[in-house]
Order: sequence, then structure tokens, then C-alpha cells
Amino acid sequence: MTIASTTQQICFLVLSAAVVAGSLGVVLLPNIVYSAFLLGGVFLSVSGLYLLLNASFVAAAQILVYVGAVNVLILFAIMLVNKKETLAAIPGLLVRRLLSGAVCGGLFALLLRVAFTTPWALPGPVPVGEEATIRIGEHLFTDYLLPFELASVLLLMAMIGAIVLARRDVFSTDVITGEPADQGLIEKDRTPLLIEKATPEPTLLSKP
Amino acid sequence: MISDAASPIPLEAFLAVAALLFCTGVWGLINSRNAVRVLMSIELMLNAVNINLMAFSDYLDGQLIRGQVFAIFVITVAAAEAAVGLAILLSLYRNRETVDMERFNLLRW
Repeated sequence: MTIASTTQQICFLVLSAAVVAGSLGVVLLPNIVYSAFLLGGVFLSVSGLYLLLNASFVAAAQILVYVGAVNVLILFAIMLVNKKETLAAIPGLLVRRLLSGAVCGGLFALLLRVAFTTPWALPGPVPVGEEATIRIGEHLFTDYLLPFELASVLLLMAMIGAIVLARRDVFSTDVITGEPADQGLIEKDRTPLLIEKATPEPTLLSKP
Repeated sequence: MISDAASPIPLEAFLAVAALLFCTGVWGLINSRNAVRVLMSIELMLNAVNINLMAFSDYLDGQLIRGQVFAIFVITVAAAEAAVGLAILLSLYRNRETVDMERFNLLRW
């Protein structure tokens, strides 16, 4: 980074304020659509923090993967399952919230103590700066080659798994063996929730 | 302990932001009633871990930026997790017709 230090500090303050406020909004807002859009804002701010840390490639990957894929996927899921329902009251909800808030506050204090009392080996080596992308490529094709290939297999598995889990058609017999499928393993065949009434529309041929 | 003179932002500032983000994610994970919000909280926690990795990579491992490579792998796994998690959520919603976490108690008792 070649910008002035005061500018960097201002950028860091603005981005971290956006991260903190956005994450609190994601957790606390009652409307989940607002939460999803704020989550996109949090992802963008985090990629800005990456740019402050001399990591332009990871910042671009963060925007592409998180904002472009994960956030859109979450928005699609909200559109598919966003049925208005009144949540039944749970006894002891306030106590649970306060207790978990205390636990999270304690965890935060612990993490802050670790961060501020550990003698970090600073100053470290000089950062490579804009050569980071070249260095990442060298890592991915030399000493991190096996994790890289495993990650591609993992993505393929996740894609097939998501298709199998989310699809709707039900087989009554096993595809491979031809035996009747275990009906306990198959989801109930019901009318789709999205289509209100399956009324067959009159085609052009049947009209007089 | 305070950061070097070359960097205007101390390392501890990044660690503090990441810690706050992680704790927010944990709180949301425990307290959310909506299953989609639980997945969002998991994404927040993964992002907090990524901020830590990137900060350490820049401040302590500036030549061999292994933290950035790890962050890329974390992003990959997070994308796979989001895809499978949302597919499970859709399947669950088709069977139970709700996204309330308190009613997904088939295995509890």
C-alpha cells in the first residue's frame, strides 16, 4: 500500500465500523431480507480490510465468492422459504439471550486479552505487497498442490450433494438394483408450496 | 508490542475487529430462530477467522504469505458449506414447512 498513513487509518476505522455495525445488524434485525443485504455489506467491508493488508487477490476472491455467490445463494434461499409465520413463544428466551450474551462477552474479553498480551514477533519480514498474487500462485502449485486438488474435489462433492439434497423428484425403485426404495428415507411427496393451484391452462389447440 | 513504525495500523486492531465479529457470529448462532440467519452467522464467524489469517500473514509472515493461501482455502470450504447448508435447509423446509430452529427437534427427545 502506497497511500498515506493517515488515510490508511481513516479507511481502517470506517471499514471496521462498517463491519461491526453490519454484523450486529445481521444478527439483530427482525427482517431477514435486510440481514442478507447487510451481510453483503459486511463482506464488502471485509474485502476492503484485505486491501489494507496488501492482499488484492484475496480481496477480489472475497468479493467474487462471498458477495457474488454465497450472498446471492442466501437471498435465493430467503425467497424460497420466506413464509410469514408467527414464532411460538419459548419459555426462558430472555434468560437464554442474556446468558449467551454473557458467554460471548467473556469470549470477546478472552480474545482481546490474548491479542493484547501476546508478544508478537513484530516487526516481521517486509510484506511482498503487490507480488502477493505471484506468491500465492507459486504456493498453490508447489507446496499446497494436494490441498488445492482436494479443494476442487470438495467443490465437486458439494455441488453434487446440493443437487441431490435440493431436488424434488422421487424414485419409487432403486435406480441401480431395481428394488423398491426405502420409503422412510424419501421425503414425503406433497404438493409444491410455491404453486398454489395446479390448474392446467387451456392450450391454443383446445380453444374453439 | 505496539506495531512497527512502518505500518500505521497496529496488528491488535485487526485482531480486535475479528474478535468482535466472531463473538457477534457466536451470539447469532445461539440465538437465531430462523435457520437462514444461523447460516449467515456461520459466514460471519468464517470471515472473522479469515481476517485473523490475513492480518497474521501480512504482519508476521510477509514473505511467505501462507495466511493468504489458507484464507483462500477457507473461502472455498465456506462456499461449499453454504451450498450444502442451504440445500439441506430447502429439503428441511419441504418436510417440516417451517424454518424455526426450535421445531427442528426430531433427534432431541
